Amino acid sequence: MTTREISCSSAVMEALTEEMERDPAVFVIGEDLTAQGGIFGQFTGLPERFPGRIIDAPISETAIVGAGVGAALTGMRPLVDMHFADFVTTAMDEIVNQMAKIRYMFGGQASVPMVLWAPDGGGLRAAAHHSQCLESWFVHTPGLKVVSPSEPADVKGLLKAALRDDDPVIFFQHKRLFAQKGPVPEGEYVIPIGKAEVKRPGRDISIITYSRMTYLSLEAAKILSEKGIEAEVIDLRTLKPLDFPLIAESVKKTYRAMVVHEACLTGGFGAEIAARIGEELFDWLDAPVTRIGAKDVPMPFNPAMEDFVMPQTKDIVEGALRLIGRDGGLK
Amino acid sequence: MKLSKNEKLALYERMLTVRAFEEKAGELFKQNLIPGFIHLSIGEEASSVGTCSALRPDDYVASTHRGHGHLIAKGADTARMFAELLARRVGYCKGKGGSMHIADFSLGILGANGVVGGGFPITVGAGLSIKLRKTDQVAVVFFGDGAANRGTFHEAANMAAAFKLPVLFVCENNFYASTTPSSHTLAGGSVAERAKGYGMPGVAVDGNDLLAVRQAVEEAVARARKGEGPSIVENQTYRYRGHFEGDPQKYRTSDEIESHKGKKDPIARFKAHLAKSAGLTASKDEEIRARVASLIEDSVRFAMEAPLPRPEEALEDLYVNA
Repeated sequence: MTTREISCSSAVMEALTEEMERDPAVFVIGEDLTAQGGIFGQFTGLPERFPGRIIDAPISETAIVGAGVGAALTGMRPLVDMHFADFVTTAMDEIVNQMAKIRYMFGGQASVPMVLWAPDGGGLRAAAHHSQCLESWFVHTPGLKVVSPSEPADVKGLLKAALRDDDPVIFFQHKRLFAQKGPVPEGEYVIPIGKAEVKRPGRDISIITYSRMTYLSLEAAKILSEKGIEAEVIDLRTLKPLDFPLIAESVKKTYRAMVVHEACLTGGFGAEIAARIGEELFDWLDAPVTRIGAKDVPMPFNPAMEDFVMPQTKDIVEGALRLIGRDGGLK
Repeated sequence: MKLSKNEKLALYERMLTVRAFEEKAGELFKQNLIPGFIHLSIGEEASSVGTCSALRPDDYVASTHRGHGHLIAKGADTARMFAELLARRVGYCKGKGGSMHIADFSLGILGANGVVGGGFPITVGAGLSIKLRKTDQVAVVFFGDGAANRGTFHEAANMAAAFKLPVLFVCENNFYASTTPSSHTLAGGSVAERAKGYGMPGVAVDGNDLLAVRQAVEEAVARARKGEGPSIVENQTYRYRGHFEGDPQKYRTSDEIESHKGKKDPIARFKAHLAKSAGLTASKDEEIRARVASLIEDSVRFAMEAPLPRPEEALEDLYVNA
């Protein structure tokens, strides 16, 4: 398999192009898609290549998501572009009460094969309405699958899997990673939904993370390594269904676990992971599970304030050192 | 619109079936056999039957919390419907949906909906799907006068009209949004008139006149099939029962309710029409009513005798690929 260095943005375009070629039922609907290839350039060239299948909708997120649901129920496989993940608030009934529940409520008669593609995350100085990480709302909603990859190859492989999945998938992609490059296989490359990956092996502490925090965790691991601490970095890639077996395997090796996410700390997905580690792996732990997340405020505009609120590499390093120090350091 | 005598008699029988189903459901509810709550459509039969009679089996319908009539009108099996109301495994939704989430997707029914106005965007999506697949199906969304005030109505009407989708908005205006009279909440006073703002046709009809409903829906459907876009049909009707069974109905008088029965009743009116135009005799009427009664009786028996699901079955049917 030939691989090249391409960006996350190009990985989206490549996955969509291949899937639209493969399946005439796949189409894209959202705001501002055709004139400039989407606000992140992620759809460049697709409107010309697939006339009529990249649809510019009115600014009506409720109708856009609902239309995705209706189309999915009647033979299509839509990718609904949410524009900014923050705007899910304007379509919550369609996502939580309809898209997620239709199959179950109707006793399995129907399926809703759709992808809700939602660019999330802070760091763009975009303030409170364009910076959020809202994944915990949706992992808390039975009926949805939730994906949040970091590197370009995972974006491609998981987007292809999501478009082929017969269940509704919310696909979070971090805005600060669109330009992030990495090796991506050409052609058919599908990563099963629900599989985490060890991005860096280590013996001393398990850092469980996803999305952009994977990169920061890898940076932190490098710094920790200079101090003689080898961190294992697990990129969950899919949040629901959760690959808990991989987490367990790692924690049984390192005896220490830290969850890192960009979403604010309270009620975040880290709480769920920490609780499960506590419940299922208590006897393996040398220290309590630690969480790193954003401070519990809306995202402020001021750049220094935003950086202060969002987790940084040094927070991850310090968190790891605290955790290690708790039992008197490494044995 | 040209309906043969037999077609008319079939529509009459369908209306009687809806009413008999609803009356029986009310009885079973009173006997505490149906869990939760139910919303009956007695008095609104001309709207459900008149509308669905103008559709093909492959057309789509999105229903509401008051949806039993829509399902029966689209051809659903009353036995499996009762089984669902009674939370049985053989019910349409295996006992997971109940009255507010009943559907038969094989008949193009995209589901009743527990959220008022929840059907609009889904129906627009079905319309979009039809357009992308290049078929000549149509997608119909039933909604009440109350739902016309949801933002979903505006977004869906705008998108359907902007994209010329084969969608039909069928308002069942019973003049009460739950307990609140629409005179208090419906700005402009008319749902049909709102069509103008979207550049689509909108017509208000006597929703208790089966033939008037059929005529209006037929025209709107023909327009949609030709690719000329959506329409609004407002069927002005009246519900005899409360918003839900057990509703104390302090918001209206029994005199008001009674004034809508008798000669204004949609079934009585169609029966009078049939007596004049289709030679419906008393004995033929009795024969039809007996057939309906026995269908409902058999359906209830089937449902009552059907086994309940095991509680653990609650964990099934969430994902296609878990």
